[in-house]
Amino acid sequence: MGKIANAASSVWRFYRDSFREMTWGRPLVWLILLKLFILFAVLRVFFFKPAFAGMTEQQKSEAVGERLIQHADTHVDTLDLLKP
Amino acid sequence: MDAILWSRIQFAMTAAYHWLFVPLTLGLALVMAVMETLYLVKKDEFWKKTAQFWMKLFAVNFAVGIATGLILEFEFGTNWSNYSWFVGDMFGAPLAIEGILAFFMEATFFAVMFFGWNKVSPKFHLASTWLTGIGATISAYWILVANGWMQNPVGTTFNPDTVRSEMASAAAFWEVVTNPVAVSKFFHSVTSGWVTGGIFVVGVSAWYLLKGRQKKFAVKSMIVGGIVGLVGSAAVMLSGDSSGIHAAEFQPMKLAAAEGLQDGGRGAAFTIVPGVKVPKMLSILATHDANGYVPGINDILKGYTDNNGNVVPSVAEKMERGRKALDALEVYRMVGDQDDELAAQVRAILDENVQYMGYGHLAKPEDVVPPVGIVFWAFRFMIGIGMLVALVLLLSLIFGWKDKLEGKKWLLWAAVICIPLVYIGGQCGWIVAEVGRQPWTIQGLLPVNVAISNLSAGAVRTTFFVFLAVFALFLIIEIRIMLGAIKKGPDTVEPVKE
Repeated sequence: MGKIANAASSVWRFYRDSFREMTWGRPLVWLILLKLFILFAVLRVFFFKPAFAGMTEQQKSEAVGERLIQHADTHVDTLDLLKP
Repeated sequence: MDAILWSRIQFAMTAAYHWLFVPLTLGLALVMAVMETLYLVKKDEFWKKTAQFWMKLFAVNFAVGIATGLILEFEFGTNWSNYSWFVGDMFGAPLAIEGILAFFMEATFFAVMFFGWNKVSPKFHLASTWLTGIGATISAYWILVANGWMQNPVGTTFNPDTVRSEMASAAAFWEVVTNPVAVSKFFHSVTSGWVTGGIFVVGVSAWYLLKGRQKKFAVKSMIVGGIVGLVGSAAVMLSGDSSGIHAAEFQPMKLAAAEGLQDGGRGAAFTIVPGVKVPKMLSILATHDANGYVPGINDILKGYTDNNGNVVPSVAEKMERGRKALDALEVYRMVGDQDDELAAQVRAILDENVQYMGYGHLAKPEDVVPPVGIVFWAFRFMIGIGMLVALVLLLSLIFGWKDKLEGKKWLLWAAVICIPLVYIGGQCGWIVAEVGRQPWTIQGLLPVNVAISNLSAGAVRTTFFVFLAVFALFLIIEIRIMLGAIKKGPDTVEPVKE
């Protein structure tokens, strides 16, 4: 447990000190954070709601199944279909 | 324009934007890993400074490119929900592996490479630099496994109960992972990244020579960039050859469109540009046999016999069988658990015709023909630019090796001009791959008009312009930071002379 804690502490210090010492890379970090904010807090929330959000697996399956069948020739005669 | 076209344009723009960053990441990763290896082998501080400069440009590209691929995944859920459901675990598994790998490998090793110069041992740092590139390359493999499956859907079976393509076993997963289309796409894409990285280094270095700055740095960089780029060019040609063979086997319509070949035959000629043909060359490229049969667009529409003696049905027949599959699916879903015997009978009909299920959605046979003009010219631009870049790389390497670059202004300018050209060539390659497989999202199984969500054209148009604005803003920022870093130059011992 002690070794793991030491390793975690070293990793933490590595990242913390590196970010503090950063010079020309600092604007890049801000750029990444700004982009992630735009992606997840703006685009994802306001523009990219999944079409099947809130649906159960069964409902999704029904919806896609219906869509597939809609595009088919809709006059299905089961007996015709079963003819060799 | 309808929602389908807007969604396709939006997806194309996002994918094209993503592909602005990926090839340079793949190529520069290799260049800087080679340079850092030289630093450790030669114990020469010059190579450390040189590697650090290219690492800086790598970091700028990485920072702006990071997460651009995620937007594609947003679009899958919003614009292409039917497709996303239909592909199921087949798409989810490779993308999940890619996400985990990308996160752990890139977050770990990129950080060590970026921050660790004076904090970890030189050997550990070098290993991190190599592993950053290897991590990005492995990520690319999983993405291309998913893309390759869309071009050649192997290893899965359609389950009418869940309406998904499913992998039934570990063997099926292996079949998906080793899909020949994915393998050749991977090598073609990754090695084209090496060409991009190589010519980027050569072009930027050429600019320094034109400005009379950083001569040693520029010449040495051009040699490393030239070697990486040339190795990439040779590998692109080899993998392009296997891509051609696979297109002929699995997507003959794409090949016919890329060649503008209306009527095929044995000993088919390759069209360099309209009116200029190389006899038998297309047959050689597509079948490795000068008299091999290559079907044209009309042959595919009417049906033909392939080189293995297999009869390929006409598109009309495939449409009929596709409708039969969809009718069987409809009956199967209506019957449910009420009549097991009938369900088994229609399930058998579905299974027998499922490989043509997507054709059941087509209105007329000609719907399987992609936009020939776009694919034809994109193919020629890709090859032409690839050959020009390879030539510039070769000459840069020869003259760089002889230390005779400074008097060759024409070559130095050509190298600079090749930077935007290599991006155009890469985008053309993807246009051939993706426009060439229209109307399919999944070859033969799901056309784009069924894959799309129930969206209004207005909603997609709005998000398209929002994206365009955001993408343009970030691209401008990247180019400004990149140009600023290039203008400032490497932190080597050479004096700056404007």
